[in-house]
Amino acid sequence: MSGSLATQPAYAALQAEIADFLYREAELVDDRRFDEWLALLADDILYFMPQRRNVKYGEHAARENTKVGEGISWFEEDKWTLGKRVAQIQTGVHYAEEPLSRVCHLVSNVRILTATPSLSDAQEVTTSCRFLVYQSRVEYENYTFIGKRLDTLRRHGESWVVARREILLDQNVLLAKNLSIFF
Amino acid sequence: MSDSVKPGEWIDTERGFISREIFVSPEVHRQELNKLFTRAWLFVGHESQVPKPGDFFQSRMGDESVILCRDKAMQLHVFLNSCRHRGMKVCRYDSGNTSLFTCPYHSWTYGLDGKLLGVPQFRELYQGTLDKDANSLVTVGRMHNYKGAVFATWDPGAPDFLTWLGGAVEHLDMVLDCRDGRPGGSEVIGVHKWIFPANWKFAAENFLGDTYHNISHRSVDLIGIGPSARAGATGRRDNEMDQAKHIWAGFPAGHGVHSAILPEGNEYIPSFLSDPIVEEYFRHCFYERRRRMGEKARMIPFTGNLFPNVSFHGRQPRNLCNWHPHSATETEGWRFFLVDADAPAEVKDFLRRYYMRYSGPAGMTEQDDMENWLYATAASKGSVARRYPFNYQQSLGKWEATGEGGSNAWQVSEQNPRNYYRVWAEYLKGSPWDVLVGGPQAKAAAE
Ligand code: FES
Ligand SMILES: [Fe+2]
Repeated sequence: MSGSLATQPAYAALQAEIADFLYREAELVDDRRFDEWLALLADDILYFMPQRRNVKYGEHAARENTKVGEGISWFEEDKWTLGKRVAQIQTGVHYAEEPLSRVCHLVSNVRILTATPSLSDAQEVTTSCRFLVYQSRVEYENYTFIGKRLDTLRRHGESWVVARREILLDQNVLLAKNLSIFF
Repeated sequence: MSDSVKPGEWIDTERGFISREIFVSPEVHRQELNKLFTRAWLFVGHESQVPKPGDFFQSRMGDESVILCRDKAMQLHVFLNSCRHRGMKVCRYDSGNTSLFTCPYHSWTYGLDGKLLGVPQFRELYQGTLDKDANSLVTVGRMHNYKGAVFATWDPGAPDFLTWLGGAVEHLDMVLDCRDGRPGGSEVIGVHKWIFPANWKFAAENFLGDTYHNISHRSVDLIGIGPSARAGATGRRDNEMDQAKHIWAGFPAGHGVHSAILPEGNEYIPSFLSDPIVEEYFRHCFYERRRRMGEKARMIPFTGNLFPNVSFHGRQPRNLCNWHPHSATETEGWRFFLVDADAPAEVKDFLRRYYMRYSGPAGMTEQDDMENWLYATAASKGSVARRYPFNYQQSLGKWEATGEGGSNAWQVSEQNPRNYYRVWAEYLKGSPWDVLVGGPQAKAAAE
């Protein structure tokens, strides 16, 4: 249980380390240091943003979100496609991001859900957080993306890499013309 | 008609100019909803989205919310999603299964065919007054299930679907048929819905065959995101059309397609180099289709737009789209992704991944389209900008008339949009159906 995890002495230190990693990662995106950001993603990363459906009470677990491995989601990416997205921006002729948007990630409510093998010697952690991503584009275009994120981080030397990211954007019809930024 | 709406003046297909007014004016938008979206055949959804009795899918027709639903006898119905009492939406789920639609407001209850069945305190409050049949959910004027794709029009006097489609049918077939040429047999594997601040006709025009905008996709062409990109290919699609002769075909009812005709005896061009199972599937389908269809199999699909707002990509990537106007300068895009229902799991998985990286607001290709449509709309709003019409002179006069009153162009051309806006103007003038679907000859005969 994550409730009991948080009461253990080693939790605070690990939580602080993980939160700091997530802030640093977000800052790389905001600073448009995309190659350095890519380096923080595991080679086998799954980067997933489902679509969210309006369903009857009681059907949410089964039907609210599109699923990994089936149908159509907003993103179901691996490192190759994420690398392509970065390369596309770097061509300088990806007009949806040329000129580049101003993007600001606010990451909050960072919690450790599991740590394996243990909190004090964590090699892999699953985390949850909330995000507010603001995108200001050209002159007047602006979008606010708010939602939850479930990340799996894997220890990599002194730091961490993102092994799995599930992005739950709290929108049904996407209220933005594009998802041309990273979450 | 309001004095400010002058469809005849705005559309000059002879000289090739079209006023910016029709892309930015709120009054034109209102007239489009009144005169065009209430009459034209519109795409509602696919039968694979409602396979079982009681299944429903909440859809749209222009700015109206509608329900596509299958009754217990397996009949499909399309009706307006608005209660006859005070207009409440009777369904606010994207899809699901039900036996009744119960209005949340005062609990009038409708059946799967839209019939009003239950009215609370009917005997005390309404006996002898309320005619339940006459107060059922408003059903569409006509509906047609064409190879699984459900189309509907509000106008009961509209011509039947196939008449309206005309020669465009063979191009729609290439979207809806199995890759091996068996009729129908496709399924929808997902739907994107998103809002973009641009006039809806920019999107429709794109699919009429705006091949000229290829250059705007240079970023994906440089990096390579196509089906064979993992094997090192550049481009955003594979080069299956390389040796083909391209055709831009316009139809009397305003539809336009860009398809291609393969050379005689053409062999399969490998198009899925990174995945042998997918490659084998498409290779098999290519020869099987040729076996079934013979000469006709030389025609292969690219893009198209059925008048007014139903666009498609025929193969890479394969989908149908709806462009629902919210206002003159805001559109809700819906894209329905298609695969052969009985394709192997590996093929479906490969295709859906390709679709996701190519299409829609998260798609690397179409993001650049949306950027162009937005800023083209935005920069056309100004009083000065509006004095200068858009230029549609590309390949003016370089086309052949077809027997049915359409046009074939054999080079990159704006003949399809010229034809489309000719028909668009007739809707806004309130012209009769024979003129709307009959092409220029019908118009001449009427005058
Ligand atoms: S609005 Fe539906 S019952 Fe009153
Ligand atoms: Fe495009």
